[in-house]
Amino acid sequence: MTAPRTLFDKIWESHLVDRQDDGTCLIYIDRHLVHEVTSPQAFEGLALSGRTVYRPEQTLAVADHNVPTTDRSKGIADPESRTQVETLEANGRAFGVRVFSMDDVRQGVVHIVGPEQGFTLPGMTIVCGDSHTSTHGAFGSLAFGIGTSEVEHVLATQTLVQAPAKNMRVLVNGNLPQGTTAKDIVLKIISVLGTAGGTGYVIEYAGDAIRGLSMEGRMTVCNMSIEAGARAGLIAPDETTFAYVKGRPLAPKPADWEAAVAYWKTLHTDDGAHFDAEVVIDASEIVPQVTWGTSPEDVVAITGSVPDPKAEVDEGKAKAMQRSLDYMGLVAGQPMEEVKIDRVFIGSCTNGRIEDLRAAASVAKGRTIAASVKAMVVPGSGLVKQQAEAEGLHTVFLDAGFEWREPGCSMCLAMNADKLEPGERCASTSNRNFEGRQGRGGRTHLVSPEIAAASAITGYLTDVRKFLG
Amino acid sequence: MDKFETLTGVAAPLPMINVDTDMIIPKQFLKTIKRTGLGKSLFFEMRYDDAGKEIPDFILNRPAYRQAKVLIAGANFGCGSSREHAPWSILDFGIRCVIAPSFADIFYNNCFKNGILPIKLPQEVCDKLMKAAENGANATFTVDLAAQEIHAPDGEVVAFPVDSFRKHCLLNGLDDIGLTLVKKAKIDTYEQARKTAQPWV
Repeated sequence: MTAPRTLFDKIWESHLVDRQDDGTCLIYIDRHLVHEVTSPQAFEGLALSGRTVYRPEQTLAVADHNVPTTDRSKGIADPESRTQVETLEANGRAFGVRVFSMDDVRQGVVHIVGPEQGFTLPGMTIVCGDSHTSTHGAFGSLAFGIGTSEVEHVLATQTLVQAPAKNMRVLVNGNLPQGTTAKDIVLKIISVLGTAGGTGYVIEYAGDAIRGLSMEGRMTVCNMSIEAGARAGLIAPDETTFAYVKGRPLAPKPADWEAAVAYWKTLHTDDGAHFDAEVVIDASEIVPQVTWGTSPEDVVAITGSVPDPKAEVDEGKAKAMQRSLDYMGLVAGQPMEEVKIDRVFIGSCTNGRIEDLRAAASVAKGRTIAASVKAMVVPGSGLVKQQAEAEGLHTVFLDAGFEWREPGCSMCLAMNADKLEPGERCASTSNRNFEGRQGRGGRTHLVSPEIAAASAITGYLTDVRKFLG
Repeated sequence: MDKFETLTGVAAPLPMINVDTDMIIPKQFLKTIKRTGLGKSLFFEMRYDDAGKEIPDFILNRPAYRQAKVLIAGANFGCGSSREHAPWSILDFGIRCVIAPSFADIFYNNCFKNGILPIKLPQEVCDKLMKAAENGANATFTVDLAAQEIHAPDGEVVAFPVDSFRKHCLLNGLDDIGLTLVKKAKIDTYEQARKTAQPWV
């Protein structure tokens, strides 16, 4: 009998092409997602060395970081952004790689497009030159971000040189209270692990609260694994997963479906398998969360207040906290719900899926945003936008005073025209609150779509539970 | 990729934890389609004011550290985005070795692909080296990869760990892709087996 294995061990072992004596492995990559920012130098490297793309049909490219979220009929105004997007399309043509262009309804944030198309499937290895590739782990696939040199390596060989990761399990047991979302779960996890707590690990999320999440919610959790330092997050596939995948354009054909599901059902951690680390969190105690600082680990309950650096014993951490507070324009002890905001951003690979828009719309419905707030909703893909419009969600947002935009990464990282002005404060459903992330001098508070919508309405960071039933 | 054998130069101390890759190179510089030319934008927001003028206090703007070849920083260096523009900008500035108590995984990997040596050392050793680095132009460090030793300005020798395969690649300036393509037959065999077992992939 073989020793019990974790889900990570199973996927890893089934992708081994070669193992060197020193333990370094060559692993096979099933799916490669490509975007315009981290790929031009990789394609250039291929061209310079006369190499081709090893398996173009396992590669899918889409521009998302630089695309405008306003009227696209005029093209991209910024010449550098335009060049980068045009370079992606030219590389797609030159190397035979599929590209979803800006005017294609399937265009969107790469981590929303992959699952939506059925390009992401359980048990696969998936990479992309983007740290939020961890999103795809929600399907029980080993998915992680890589640098541009590795993008070139995967393009050229369909493999990657890697050392195996350590196994960590995060168990979220019990029932989530009303008003608490997948975003709150993952913010809580990051605050417990710290921003480097997952370094060197792949995190498997398990427990009833995770099992009870929709695929959208699972993607939100896995998406932010990297914010805890883990390159990948994993959730074992189950009926929720299979139901989501079935019928997607690139899902297994009907003739292969049963065999695929039978295989996917083997993708779970065996009883008694060894984890190098384990963390247990009680879901019933998670209230809606918000970040106060400039690291994703700087998390408090929305009902809490700004922490005091003087209470921190670690000198380096205390210094970093004070720097964060100075940057954020906050003082220790200030209640989070008294923090006034200027902007709201709903979107990104973390929270730009249909369910996120439904959740935000349910709060915004019949209400109006505060006069001092500028708020925008950026659907994660053209198909999410289409679905939302079919459900009338755009009308709810527009009536409430939100802007309704075209799909892309937008103000998650402000590479296009969507950015904060210095000193502006934003309730954002994105994943990083780093200094300058949403624009130089911009101040970011990471929240769920529900809190973002509630905050847009009041003009202050707001506990969404005040808006519920 | 240039070989990395020994490196001698001044080390710039940056005593901050969780230095993220947005901080190392902010997004406006990710629009390039080249690997070079990013050195002037390294640590842009800490290095220049709103008008684009140098902030004299920032470590890399001080006369003693303008030619720094080593950077010593706090824990979890390089966290956040996978952007390889971060090591590209460090390399283009002239720094080829980063010393810290810990690194984020993707950044750590990216360094080796670009001929940069990231060295992990215990906090107290980093603190000591950081202190020595504060002596500026008088504090010359030598990093000897073959011997896996740092020769600190006071003559002290600090041994450091490095993965043997990565060391081999750095010392010889080897291109990973070339090494992998030697195993093409193994890749093809793997693919054939997979196609039979999992035709939907």
